[in-house]
Amino acid sequence: MGQKFTGSVLKYGDDINTDVIIPTKFCNSTDPDYLGRNCLHNLDENFINKRKPGDILIAGRNFGCGSSRENAPLAIKGAKISCVIAKSFARIFFRNAINIGLPVIENEEIAIDAAEGDTLEIDFTANTCRNITKGREYKLDSYSDLIHKIFDQGGLINFIKNTEDI
Amino acid sequence: MKCSITEKIFQSHAGGANVRTGSILFAGIDLAMGTDATMPLAIQEFNKIGRNVFDPAKIALVQDHFVPAKDIMTANYSLEMRKFAEQHRIKNYFELGRGGICHHIVPDEGLCYPGDLIVGADSHTCTYGAFGAFATGVGSTDLAAAMATGKLWFKIPAAIKVVLTGKKRAYVQGKDIILKLISILGVDGATYKALEFTGDGLADLDMSDRITICNMAIEAGGKTGIFEVDDITREYFKKFNNNKVVENLKTGEDSAYERVIELDISEIEPLVAEPFLPSNVRAASRVDSICINQAVLGSCTNGRIEDMQMAAGVLKGRKVHPRVRLIVIPGTQEILKQMIKENLLDAFVDAGAVISPPTCGPCLGGHMGILGDNEVCIASTNRNFVGRMGSTSSKVYLANPAVVAASAVRGEICHPEVLL
Ligand code: SF4
Repeated sequence: MGQKFTGSVLKYGDDINTDVIIPTKFCNSTDPDYLGRNCLHNLDENFINKRKPGDILIAGRNFGCGSSRENAPLAIKGAKISCVIAKSFARIFFRNAINIGLPVIENEEIAIDAAEGDTLEIDFTANTCRNITKGREYKLDSYSDLIHKIFDQGGLINFIKNTEDI
Repeated sequence: MKCSITEKIFQSHAGGANVRTGSILFAGIDLAMGTDATMPLAIQEFNKIGRNVFDPAKIALVQDHFVPAKDIMTANYSLEMRKFAEQHRIKNYFELGRGGICHHIVPDEGLCYPGDLIVGADSHTCTYGAFGAFATGVGSTDLAAAMATGKLWFKIPAAIKVVLTGKKRAYVQGKDIILKLISILGVDGATYKALEFTGDGLADLDMSDRITICNMAIEAGGKTGIFEVDDITREYFKKFNNNKVVENLKTGEDSAYERVIELDISEIEPLVAEPFLPSNVRAASRVDSICINQAVLGSCTNGRIEDMQMAAGVLKGRKVHPRVRLIVIPGTQEILKQMIKENLLDAFVDAGAVISPPTCGPCLGGHMGILGDNEVCIASTNRNFVGRMGSTSSKVYLANPAVVAASAVRGEICHPEVLL
C-alpha cells in the first residue's frame, strides 16, 4: 500500500449500513460508475454532486453494517472516494474493501477530530495521517502482513493469481 | 476444553493447535455458497483467476433473491448463475420451484454439518451455526477466491459465550431471544466476534428457534453465531442417513471467552424491534397504536414450517384487518409442500393472506411487497433499516411470526394475547 494521497473530508455518522450506501434498487448492476452515481443515495441525495474525486469519507461506528453486498465498497470506489476512515467498521464491509483494494482505516481520533471540508494527507508508507487544516498528525496502526500483501497487489484476486500455493 | 468452538473449528481446518484467537490465516472450507444476488460479481472475479472450481460438490448455488425475476436485469443475473452452474457441473444448484431461500436450503439438503467451515456470499450465512458449523458471510470477491481455491483468509475472532437458561413463555420464539440479545449487545457489540450458545435453555430451543437466533447474530455485528451440538442437533441429522459423523462440539471454559452473558429466557416476552435498528427493542405489549399497512411472514429468519404453524395457529378462524396486506412466504418448496399437507394454507388463505412463492422477495426491498411512501410494515425478517423494504419514508418493525400474525388481524402491532 505504498501510496500517499490528499483529499478533503466528507463526514457522516454512526451505523451507516449497506442499504444506505447502495440501496437494493441499484444493486442490479456491478458497474462501478453506475454504482458510484447512486452511492449514499438513501443518506444524502446530494452526496454525488458534493463529492470530488479523491475525497475522503469519514464516518462513526459500525460503518458498512448490514448485507454482504460488495456493491457497497464498489460504489464508494466508483464515486472516486480515495479512502474511508471510521471509528469502526462492520466486518464484512472491511473485508470486502480490502479484497477490492479500497483503503479503509479504523481510527477513532481522526474520525472525531476531522470536520467536513478539512484536508487530510494519508501516507501508507510512513503509516501516518495529517489533518492539514487542523495541523495535527496521527500514527496509523499497520495492517497484518497478509492484509498488506493483498492491498499491495491491488486486491485478493491478484494476490491469488500471484501466489502459487493457494 | 480450553478452546472456544470457533478456535476448535479453525484448528481442524488450518494449522492445528497453535491456531488461536487473533491468528490471521488461510483455511480450507467445506462449502462455498452463492446466490443470484452476489454471484454475477463473483463470476466476473472468478473468471479473472483463470482456474476451475476447486470441487463442484462443495459449492451450492441458490436462486432466491430476485426470483421469479422482477425485471430484465435480475433475469440476466439468474441466467449468469444458471450458466455457471451448468458449465462447472455444480450439483447443488437450486432452481426456482425446486429450492427456496439459501439459508433454509443448505441445512435441509444436509450441506452443513457440525464442525464445518462454511462461507457464503450472503451476510446471513451465519445461520448454519444453528447446526454447529462455523459459517460466515463474505463478499463476492471472497466467494470467487473460495470457489477457485477452496481456501480463504480469516482472522480468528474472539468469542462471546451466551448461556441460555430457562424455558420460553407462550408466544415466545427464537426471534425474541435474539432481539433481546441484540438490545443488550447493540448493533456492533459483537463486531469481529463469534457468539457461542450454551446452557440448559438449549433443551427448549428447536432447530427453527436456533436458526432464527444464529441468523441474526450478524445484526449484532457478529462474524457468526454457533450452537453447541446436543441431542436436538443429532436428531436433525439422522434423516440424512449418510454415515457422516456429527461432531460433538461443546463450548470451552469461560476463560476462553472475551465475555460471558447469561440470559434467562423465561423472562423474555414477545418483542418488537422498532425502526431503524434491530437493537431498538420494546415489548410487543408496550408498542402503542402503531397502525400497519402490511405484514410479512417469511425470510431466512422465520420461514420454517414451525414459523408457519405458529402464525397459522394465531390466524385460524380470524380475518386479516381490512387495511392490512398479509404476505406469507414459505422458506422453501418443501416447506410449502408441508404446509399443504398440514392444511396450513387454508388458515392463511381463508384469513385473506396472499401466499408468495419461496423467495427473499420484500425482505430486502427486492419485489413481491415493496412499501410505498409512509407505509408501515410488521415483518418476521431481520432488518429494519431506512428504506430496507421500499420507500425511504416507509417503516419496518421486526417481530416473531405470532406477533406478525396477530398484528395483521388487529391492524395494529400487538401481543398475540390481545386477540384471546
Ligand atoms: S431472506 Fe432477506 S435476509 Fe435472508 S437471504 Fe434473503 S434477502 Fe437476505
